[in-house]
Amino acid sequence: MEFIEYSGHLLSWLIFIPLIGAGIMFIVPGEENQRRWALVVTMANALLSLKLWADFDSGTAALQFYERTSWVKSLNIEYALGIDGISLLLVMLTTFIMPLCVLGSWTYISKRVKEFMICLLIMECAMIGVFCALDFVLFYVLWEMMLMPMYLLIGIWGGPRKKYASIKFFLYTLAGSVMLLVAIIALYLQNGHSFYIPDMMNQDYSLAFQIWVFLAFFLAFAIKVPMFPFHTWLPAAHVEAPGAGSVLLASVLLKMGTYGFLRFCIPITPLATSYLGTYVLWLAVAGILYGGFTALAQSDMKKLIAYSSVGHMGFVVLGIFCFNTSGVEGAIIQMVNHGVTTGALFLMIGMIYERTHSREIDDHQGLAYSVPIFVTFLTIFSLSSLGFPATNSFIGEFLILVGAFEFNKIVAGVAIIGAVLAAAYMLRLLQYVLFKGEGRNDIADLNFRETVTLLPLLIFVFWIGLSPETFMHVMHVSVQNLLDQYHNVQTVASLALH
Amino acid sequence: MLFLPELFLLGGSLALFFITLGNERGTLAKNVTIAIGLGVAVLCYASIDKQGTMFFAAYKIDYFSQFFKIIISLGLVAVVILTSDMKGINSKVRPEYYLFMTLSCLGLVFLVSANELITLFIALELSSYALYLLVPMRDDTTGERMQMEAGIKYVMFGVLSTGCMLFGMSYVYGLTGTTNLPEVITTYHALSGNPIVYLSVLLILVGFFYKLAIFPFHFWVPDVYEGAANPTTAFIATVPKVAAVAVMVKIVLLASPQGADWLVLMFTTAAIASMFYGNLSALVQTDIKRMLGFSGIAHAGFILVGMLTLDELGFARAMYYIIGYLLMNLACFLVICAVSQKGENVSRDDLKGLYKRAPFLALVLLVGMFAMAGIPPFVGFAGKFMLLVGALNAGHLVLVILAALNTAIAIYYYLSVVRVAFTSDPGDRPDVEVTGSMLSLGVVLMVLIVYMGVAPDTMVSIAQKAVQAIM
Repeated sequence: MEFIEYSGHLLSWLIFIPLIGAGIMFIVPGEENQRRWALVVTMANALLSLKLWADFDSGTAALQFYERTSWVKSLNIEYALGIDGISLLLVMLTTFIMPLCVLGSWTYISKRVKEFMICLLIMECAMIGVFCALDFVLFYVLWEMMLMPMYLLIGIWGGPRKKYASIKFFLYTLAGSVMLLVAIIALYLQNGHSFYIPDMMNQDYSLAFQIWVFLAFFLAFAIKVPMFPFHTWLPAAHVEAPGAGSVLLASVLLKMGTYGFLRFCIPITPLATSYLGTYVLWLAVAGILYGGFTALAQSDMKKLIAYSSVGHMGFVVLGIFCFNTSGVEGAIIQMVNHGVTTGALFLMIGMIYERTHSREIDDHQGLAYSVPIFVTFLTIFSLSSLGFPATNSFIGEFLILVGAFEFNKIVAGVAIIGAVLAAAYMLRLLQYVLFKGEGRNDIADLNFRETVTLLPLLIFVFWIGLSPETFMHVMHVSVQNLLDQYHNVQTVASLALH
Repeated sequence: MLFLPELFLLGGSLALFFITLGNERGTLAKNVTIAIGLGVAVLCYASIDKQGTMFFAAYKIDYFSQFFKIIISLGLVAVVILTSDMKGINSKVRPEYYLFMTLSCLGLVFLVSANELITLFIALELSSYALYLLVPMRDDTTGERMQMEAGIKYVMFGVLSTGCMLFGMSYVYGLTGTTNLPEVITTYHALSGNPIVYLSVLLILVGFFYKLAIFPFHFWVPDVYEGAANPTTAFIATVPKVAAVAVMVKIVLLASPQGADWLVLMFTTAAIASMFYGNLSALVQTDIKRMLGFSGIAHAGFILVGMLTLDELGFARAMYYIIGYLLMNLACFLVICAVSQKGENVSRDDLKGLYKRAPFLALVLLVGMFAMAGIPPFVGFAGKFMLLVGALNAGHLVLVILAALNTAIAIYYYLSVVRVAFTSDPGDRPDVEVTGSMLSLGVVLMVLIVYMGVAPDTMVSIAQKAVQAIM
């Protein structure tokens, strides 16, 4: 893979600014100052990432903002970073979600603010790093490093069943990734003792080797996504996590699984991916339906959104495993959409929870009469979540379904049911919360800070929905390159068979 | 000059002996011990590039020996600091306690320099006998005389393994007519293929398997860990193991790399058995020391994963791992000793709400436990990762997969300790006081654990240089 050097070490800065910020946080006195400092750090990172956007060259599939130095010489581990059109949007999503997380937990977190903010900042460092890492050990270290702060976020600031939820989250993710480690070592030995990811891509490994590596990858990524039937940690973790924790989980952490499929499975194990792709496709469809039906039965708002995530991420996986342009591009934009919309919904549930200390739908009936601003936001984000035209998710789901129809009509037909289900459970939620019953008047409407927190997400909902090309133009060349290589390998392999 | 660190340690031990003659001189003895440890470390560092043999080539000074002497003496200092209030040890015998600890270190220091089987044996026994005495030196608070049982078990199993070791050495002498290690190695390489060669190496290794607590020589571990006082366990669990790994390399070298399939097979079996036995048993423990004992068995299994590549890098990585293990274990014992109020054992419930009672200790515990579990960016991850790379490179795919599975099993019990400390309410448990020395030791340990994890090359290249000195 080609690469373009960049003089400013921009990616390193994006990764290490939060870490340095977390270090300084130790000596920041006063809770209010700690909140402000966290906001300053995350905002600085968000602004810095605009430079990334500005300097990104969308006309090439090469890795940009490239950095590569030796890290552990005895094992030939490198500190290699770089992004292409696939990872750029995810890095941007992370940097932009973070300040909103800090704002969203401004009053939600009232005890141990310092430790909370340190956890958030360490998370940001690891999350950005995962999307930029070009060395497999670096990737794995950051991937695992995330578990600790996330565990603490759920375990310390979580709800009543936090112990159960946090340990389940940790065990699932860790157990999933130990085999990833073995696969990484196997690839290292196959590749002349190098962990450098681009060198691992498009090599002619034997099919058997690819299948084993793919399965190890798949286990780790499918748990992270989470795909049915590995999803059971997600509702527990979401329900118990504090607002910002849920947002991070939904907006960024889940994307790492699907990003893994795109970045590692397709280029490193192309033969195994096509060999086993159909099974993954059906699992994705099962997830879409399962998530939809389960969401329909929930009375807890957070659980409802959590199960809807299972369905939405099923769509993303569906798009990826169609292996055509509309499917993969739809999947990538849908990752961003899900981050924006579901992130916003979790933030809103956090806000309402602060007021009523309940997440039950039944406790929040008829809000349309008392909290107009809240309800307006909720309506828009809910419509976005079900893929209403003119909102962001419409673009994503539409492209994915186009790709799916091109690839396999039966799968696409079944997936359509999932889209209908999404409309059913979101509208049910809306109807109850908006208009059912007498309504309660004891709830204050959103204040200025909360409105400011949600407004950027609202803008993105319509911006992506009405002008998707603004965001999607960065990925065209990278996705095309990925798919061309993938299809080349398939052609060569089938020629070799005949 | 080459013998200066040992002379210093010997003189220090004598001074400690005189201190024991007075009454209630615990604090003095402690400070003297710290001074001895630091002094030995400095002297060894000064002579680290020197080489030479003495006492008719029975004793060898090289990079390997001096490096491990530094680790041993610094380990002694760390153990003394983290157990500085000596809860659980009768104040009347505290000076003696420090004396025996120092003597045990003296034995270990001799051990890493031993270049001849009899010297090696005597050094090992010197360190073991001091430990045999340390184990029962605990206040009998429960009335169950648990420490006596532990002491007896430790001696009995120790004597048994020593017997095996001596028996193996007798074969060595019978086959080669010498006890000098370099000469034995030369003769053994010529003899390779002879079953008695294997048998003798195997029997000698038993002594080290016992020290490291490798299945099936682990039986003493749970009871001794639980029965001995917290400081004693902290010592037994760390410093002697480092020396054992170091010297084990010398014995493994006896079996020549060519035609050592049997050794690899045995190591593989013992490694798998130790990892599974240790981790599965640790799952159900509630006493933290007992849990750490079982986890130590599993870690010893990991050490064998490194050893069984039988090459320089594999040995170096095993050494890296055991040094990392020393640090992680010390971090955990720092918390155990601090939380224990009167020297009693610490159960998982005693750690409840530690995060509110002593945030700093909770952080140390978090780092220590996650490091042991092998979570990046800590030393435990780097160590395990390197061992797995080496083993897979040597073609042990099944072993590597089983080891990876064990990592997943182990996370549960480490995590459940962290969980209790971070997510439970303290109830009416009192706050834990953190003294200045504990604070600084904790910071040093955490920095080292992270540093060795992020930049493992420094330590690996040092360990490699040490291995080269004996190969």
